[in-house]
Amino acid sequence: MKALIEIDKLNLFYGTFQALKNVSVEIPQRAITAFIGPSGCGKSTLLRTLNRMNDMIPGTRIEGRIAVGGTDIYSGEVHVETLRKKVGMVFQQPNPFPKSIYDNVAYGPRLHGVRSKKQLDEIVESSLKAAALWGEVKDHLKRSALSISGGQQQRLCIARALAVEPDILLMDEATSALDPISTLKIEELAQELKDKYTIVMVTHNMHQAARVSHQTVFFLNGEVVEYSETEKLFSDPSDQRTEDYISGRFG
Amino acid sequence: MNGSMNGSTNEALRSEAPYSFGKRNGSSAVFDKIFTAVVWGIGILVILFICGLLFMLLKNGLPKLTWSFLYSIPSEIEEGGGIGPALFNSFYLLAISLVISIPIGLAAGIYLAEFAPDNKLIGFVRICVEGLSSVPSIIFGLFGIALFVEMFQIGLTILGGAISLAFLNLPMLTRITEESIRSVPVEMKNASFALGSTHLQTIRKVLVPVALSGLVTGICLTAGRAFGESAVIILTAGVTTSGVMWDFNLFSPGETLAVHLWYVQSEAIVPDAGEIAQKATSVLIFIVLLINLVFRVPLWLNARKTRS
Amino acid sequence: MIEMNSTAQNAPAELGNSIRTGSGPSFDRRTRLRWANSAFRIACIAAAGFVCLVLFGILFLMFRTGILTFQEVGFAEFFFSTDWDPENGHYGALLFIYGTIALTALTLIISVPFSVLIAVFLAEMTPKWLRNTLRPVLDLLVGIPSVVYGYLGLTVLIPWLRDLTGKPLADGLLAAAIVLTIMVLPTISRVSDDAITAVPKKYRDASYALGSNRFQTIFRVVLPASSRGIVYAVILGMARAIGETMAVVMVIGNTAQIADSLFKPTAVLTSNIVMQISSVEFDSTWNYALYMMGFLLLVISLLMIVAVRFLQKKGASE
Repeated sequence: MKALIEIDKLNLFYGTFQALKNVSVEIPQRAITAFIGPSGCGKSTLLRTLNRMNDMIPGTRIEGRIAVGGTDIYSGEVHVETLRKKVGMVFQQPNPFPKSIYDNVAYGPRLHGVRSKKQLDEIVESSLKAAALWGEVKDHLKRSALSISGGQQQRLCIARALAVEPDILLMDEATSALDPISTLKIEELAQELKDKYTIVMVTHNMHQAARVSHQTVFFLNGEVVEYSETEKLFSDPSDQRTEDYISGRFG
Repeated sequence: MNGSMNGSTNEALRSEAPYSFGKRNGSSAVFDKIFTAVVWGIGILVILFICGLLFMLLKNGLPKLTWSFLYSIPSEIEEGGGIGPALFNSFYLLAISLVISIPIGLAAGIYLAEFAPDNKLIGFVRICVEGLSSVPSIIFGLFGIALFVEMFQIGLTILGGAISLAFLNLPMLTRITEESIRSVPVEMKNASFALGSTHLQTIRKVLVPVALSGLVTGICLTAGRAFGESAVIILTAGVTTSGVMWDFNLFSPGETLAVHLWYVQSEAIVPDAGEIAQKATSVLIFIVLLINLVFRVPLWLNARKTRS
Repeated sequence: MIEMNSTAQNAPAELGNSIRTGSGPSFDRRTRLRWANSAFRIACIAAAGFVCLVLFGILFLMFRTGILTFQEVGFAEFFFSTDWDPENGHYGALLFIYGTIALTALTLIISVPFSVLIAVFLAEMTPKWLRNTLRPVLDLLVGIPSVVYGYLGLTVLIPWLRDLTGKPLADGLLAAAIVLTIMVLPTISRVSDDAITAVPKKYRDASYALGSNRFQTIFRVVLPASSRGIVYAVILGMARAIGETMAVVMVIGNTAQIADSLFKPTAVLTSNIVMQISSVEFDSTWNYALYMMGFLLLVISLLMIVAVRFLQKKGASE
């Protein structure tokens, strides 16, 4: 599998605090990569550098290189909004807008210039189908997105992210606020989506990483301890700290 | 910036997935920049403009102030009149109105926050408070005339003005009390009850002390507003003073500083009316800012401390 | 507390007795406390009742006095005639009603865009130090007495307008609307600012993550999500503009003629009341008509409270 995202010797500072230390990771295309590690280890921070959501936190400073498809996304030539269109994101808390289900999904396409009603209808339908939500909501697309259940809201957020046709989907502990059944649905969905999208997920749940991902990256205190194929990492970790973590000795 | 995504620099991104939305043009990004510039410009300019105007008023009046202007008697015909009685009346009327409205406002606010069961009645009381707070001040003036001039036949007096002003303050004080008391953490209240306190003891010993800073700020805001209020006073206390300093008689006519400013600017015939108005304005702004500032500074400092 | 300690040492039966109201050695103190408690409760209820009483007293007196107008003046004349000439028995209040509506509308047209932009500026764009400076400044502006704003309009604004337009008289709707704008702008800005600040960060995150820029995020997500709060702010500003008296009196010209130009001296409900009330007999149709105009103002303000309530209820049910 060819690497779509290359992170090379990345250092990230919040003011004087160094949140990421010399991180180098390659993320393969059309596969699921999981970031695991105890809280505060920098896994979410790294995820948020991939679509430059960290830009909005004042005092953030970055050294090193992150390339998506060969382009350094922190170089002056990259247009942040277009980057974020290509690198979608799903957040920890389901965060649909206080608008209708339809308007939520159509938000991104409208933003990027789709005006025709017919085209929007098609995008909404295909995105909701891709997020396995179409069957549940197709009869009340005009209802407020806040009226559906948390699990449905999260799948709506996935549909909303898919509607702008990203290549990469970032999931920031996307199941941690959900019940087990909804979690399972999202995991199944991720499995289906990986054939078309490159998925990077942060999870606090090792078993989830083991269940769904192809590659796992283990973080500790802002450093990448090791990363490899998920099976290998969980069955035969090369670092003692990884073994301690996955066997539940800390974290 | 924008064009580069479609240029050669991002071959990879582009080749991975064909765009279905057509070419992304730069208009929204340009809009964003213009919008940011417009908002910054307007934000800074408008606020500076208003502050500049007020500063100008202060600058025109404050340097001309003398002590004698502050306590001497106004003159109807000759130059050199002061604002003494009007200034005194402002504070006197304000004090009486607060003495009347604070206890009632506090009690009504406590009722809404603590005693009222959550039923139709409390909804009704709350609507009344909100309704009363939306009543324009001139209506309180008309009410005052109907009550004191017509019904009780006492004419335009300090007492009538103060009571009408108290009515104006009531809804504000009630709401402020309710909000402050409600903002006290329920754990504190429960702790007090768990020690066997009665409701009254809990309110007196726990709720009111904890809510005190909010209450004081609220009372000061109300006082600042009442100090500058003029429509009510014109109708109920008149546009004249008794013409002597330190007149504590509740049945004297009670022109206040704010009313005096309007009076000299629009009705008076003294030759130096313009200068009196300038000076009176600066005194008025100065006192109102002082009332607002003095009680807020500790709160800001406090907020800053707790934030950091 | 002390009595509690002494009884707690005793036999269980004594403890049982002591927690019964009105028994045991603490009889006096407890009764007294209970009495004070209920007296205080009654005082609070009375105070709340008094607030309601004031509102209804106002409504009743305004209505009772105002309705007497129609003993001598026809309903239609009062509401639909613009001929206000009380000395000769003409009581057409339409011109003041029109003046109030026109002035309020004009004020909102000028102040709402500015206020919302300033709110966006404060909530979304300023660095923290500037925001922490500007917010208190706006709060202070809210507290400036209206007569000061009137004075400002009279001595600064009207000469400017006169120079600008070349007209001999600049008193009128435009001058009044600008003065009112300066007055309501801090209120609308600050309340909208709070509404915008209250929009959860997660909506902004979601919007940015979909590739919106700030302009798009503000106009498509943040402002719609805070629209109820902004409408509330506008209603507050509107209430203030409708009821404002002294600032308007000083710049509107106080002439009983309908304003067909922005620079023509005219009058509104409030300004007409305050200018004429002190020169009329209480028991005269003229006075009754002024009270009727006051009653109209009262009804308009109360209707706005109903609107606010409706908005809040709708917000709570969603």
